[in-house]
Amino acid sequence: MNLHLLVIAPVLTAIAILFFNQLKQVRLIALCGAIIQFTLSILLLNSFCAERALGNNAPMVFYSSLEWFTPLGIAFTTGVDGISVSMILLSAFVVLAGVLVSWKMEKMSREFFFLLILLSAGAYGFFISLDLFTLFFFLEVAVIPKFLLIGIWGSGKKEYSAMKLALMLMAGSAFVFLGLLGLYFSTNIGNGQHTFDFIAISRTSVPLNTQLIFFPIAFIGFGIFGALFPFHTWVPDGHSSAPTAASMFLAGISMKLGGYGCLRVATYLMPEAAHVYAPYIILLATIAIIYGAFATMMQTDLKYINAYSSVSHCGFVLLGIGMLNETAIAGAVMQMISHGLMTALFFAAIGMIYERTHTRLVAQLGGLLKVMPFISTIFIISGLCSLGLPGFSGFVAEMTVFMGSWQHPEMLYRIATILSCASIVVTAVYILRAAGKSIMGPIVNEQHLTLSDATWNEKSAAVLLLSGIVVIGIAPFWLNELISPDVNGLMINIGRTLLP
Amino acid sequence: MINEFIDLMKHELILCVILFLLLLIKIGSNDENSGRWHVMINILLFINLIVGFCCNVSGELFNGMFQSNELIQLEKNILNLGLLIISLQAHPYTRNHRHAPEFYILLLSSVLGMFFMLSSGHLLLFYIGLELSTIPLAALANFNLNKSASSEAGMKMIMSSAFSSALLLMGISMMYGTTGSLSFSEITLQLTGAPLQVFAFVMLFVGFAFKLSIVPFHFWTADVYEGAPVPMAAFLSVISKSAIAFVFVTVLYTVFESMVNVWYILLFITAVFTIGIGNLFAIRQQNIKRFLAFSSIAQVGFILVGISGGSQESEAAVIYFLLIYIFSNLGAFGVVNIVSSITGKESINDYKGFYKTNPALSWILTISLFSLAGIPPTAGFFGKLFLLTAGASTGNYLLIAIAAINMVVSMYYYLRIVKAMFMDANEHPIQKISFSLFPSIALIICIVGILLTGFSGDLYTYIYELSIGI
Repeated sequence: MNLHLLVIAPVLTAIAILFFNQLKQVRLIALCGAIIQFTLSILLLNSFCAERALGNNAPMVFYSSLEWFTPLGIAFTTGVDGISVSMILLSAFVVLAGVLVSWKMEKMSREFFFLLILLSAGAYGFFISLDLFTLFFFLEVAVIPKFLLIGIWGSGKKEYSAMKLALMLMAGSAFVFLGLLGLYFSTNIGNGQHTFDFIAISRTSVPLNTQLIFFPIAFIGFGIFGALFPFHTWVPDGHSSAPTAASMFLAGISMKLGGYGCLRVATYLMPEAAHVYAPYIILLATIAIIYGAFATMMQTDLKYINAYSSVSHCGFVLLGIGMLNETAIAGAVMQMISHGLMTALFFAAIGMIYERTHTRLVAQLGGLLKVMPFISTIFIISGLCSLGLPGFSGFVAEMTVFMGSWQHPEMLYRIATILSCASIVVTAVYILRAAGKSIMGPIVNEQHLTLSDATWNEKSAAVLLLSGIVVIGIAPFWLNELISPDVNGLMINIGRTLLP
Repeated sequence: MINEFIDLMKHELILCVILFLLLLIKIGSNDENSGRWHVMINILLFINLIVGFCCNVSGELFNGMFQSNELIQLEKNILNLGLLIISLQAHPYTRNHRHAPEFYILLLSSVLGMFFMLSSGHLLLFYIGLELSTIPLAALANFNLNKSASSEAGMKMIMSSAFSSALLLMGISMMYGTTGSLSFSEITLQLTGAPLQVFAFVMLFVGFAFKLSIVPFHFWTADVYEGAPVPMAAFLSVISKSAIAFVFVTVLYTVFESMVNVWYILLFITAVFTIGIGNLFAIRQQNIKRFLAFSSIAQVGFILVGISGGSQESEAAVIYFLLIYIFSNLGAFGVVNIVSSITGKESINDYKGFYKTNPALSWILTISLFSLAGIPPTAGFFGKLFLLTAGASTGNYLLIAIAAINMVVSMYYYLRIVKAMFMDANEHPIQKISFSLFPSIALIICIVGILLTGFSGDLYTYIYELSIGI
């Protein structure tokens, strides 16, 4: 399968959108584009599985390389493995749901859908890139549209949040770029030429001194995207000010760019340094998990609740990566996908509630189950998934991370695992409290009685995301089968311990 | 002989022809018919650009005083392109100006000077070229004849350039004293690194620093940009800077190759200060021309980072970046020029709510600013990152880290203008602006350049193959 289609399709959709002005035409094109993306990603999954079933055990399937800036060792190299295929699937789900949820975006609809689809192009490009420069290019493509999306269509202190998000993520990219330069100059392909090629770098053993300098830089850079404590502060502001679809995209895909980069670039390419710095990563991840959970308890705004809980949940991703063993890393990948779907659903539900009641404060809501049963149900379901109820994807992912982390006998790792496990109780407290106050109970505001339930587009978005969550929750083995051979492949590199 | 002469000097000759035509026009014109020749001059400049691309030959004339090769011709073509864009953009400004032919005469003589400077193989020709390119600029800065700020700009420009020329001359004479020659190839052979030679080199460096407005020699920049007419400010910040930067790279890499230790340190220090101070001052500006002035100072800092690499990648990155910089900065200046010449508004606050009334202009300004900031998918992203990559080849990651962090800072002030246009509310936004054909062509060239240059790896490879390192 030609992977370039995954980038070309959204770009063409975005360009097509520019030629129309009316909301009805624009959203139709955006929906068609999102459906095409969705179909492509399902096709990709299908052909990827077929390829693997045929016994193609190459680390990267559908490999192709186009010349770009040859003197600098930059090529447009693409390829996927199980991890990136699952990420691409996640993106397709979230983008389609995002388009459906923004069905009634009347303010500057053309620009809105243009930027939203452009963002998805950045995400797909990031996941298929096998060249560090193009990977970085797509990482940055996925930043600036968010600035405009939040700043123009957002709510609350949107300009502040948009600027904060853009600057923090750009600082993250600056770190990432420094890290990539360090890797670039440690390669040698003859004549003093260097290369950004991912596979070539993974085959060279980067000198330990270089790794020790550039691993933290690259990891922090990607970590800023993935809400690494203490660089997580853009998350609550950014998520809560963004319009619904942008929040879904931010939490569902954007933060996963960071996790994926931490795993694929920082840890995989500089494994020896990863072992040196692993205790610090685990320390920071544990702080993020606990801090995120407790900070959520204090929130009164539904979007802030979900944003802080995202900090906590993304902590599990980094915890899994920091554990550096196969089970935990598989768990981290699962957690990325599970959290992506779950948080997108959560934001979608909050967005629907906000659109009808014009408030997101828990205190002003109540008894919504009586007036809008569908929205309330998906709200509760996503909450239950968030607190790790068996049967949903969150349970599977977090369980795998814990199983992986318990394999380390050292005291620090044990404490970190226990504390992270304990945070689930805190999660249960804030989720159940928020759901109880805003969904159950008596109706607080009389005006809410007249509100309507979800429309067809909102229902289909929710069902789409929900199906993903439930399928992973009930039948985790297919996801496991998809990613575990490639996690296994990653471990060949990551398993390398310190050079003598 | 005569063929070789024409081939090598074709850029200069065709400019001279156009200059003489303009003189004739000026003599024959009366005030009423001045509008008609605007089409003609733009067509002439377009022909000038096209002619520049044919028959690339390398060689030298006048005993090596004048030299030309494919790289130099490419650089001249880039300058010609910028000149054409500026001439198209200047149309709303010159259309009603009494002395429009003089405007073009001065502009073209300045470019002619730059061409001589680029081709010079001798310090004297270099100096003459430099003066020919600078003095008309002072007159141009003063071209808003009834604005006192404009005279102030002209005065500042001539004073500062006189000062820098004096330093440059001092460096040249000391260089002559220690090496016994003014020819570039001879100087290269005679350089021993003696203290007096280092001193002479530093003087030359300072002369360049003035023209490039490198901190701490940048004080004239913002005032001159603010007072000068917008097309003039665009010319100063783009064409003039690009020309000097082209020469600067060539001179450092070929003539002063053996002094790499000296100029590396100079570049390192000045780059850090230029980027930092340019950024810090740009944050506080309210006038959009002053803002662009400081942001262009910061951009020069990035060019210095690229130059400091000293490899073939460095020179390629500098040329590639400057090509992109011409598109992006002229795109920004083009919009500012249209707004300023039609409404007279130049404050950033005036741009609040600009998107509501002028969506097309807002997008053009946004894309140009994104390109200046280095945000993909615009070309500026590639230009800037290649500069940083080239700079990192020396292994000095501290410099790259400082530059990368400053990229984030610069993001803030570029995004501030985007925020003003798209997000801020304004009760009296700038009204809907309709503008004529010429500036639209210029803006289209800029936008197409910004969107396509970055993706064209072949162009970069072409530049790379022409470039030389140390």
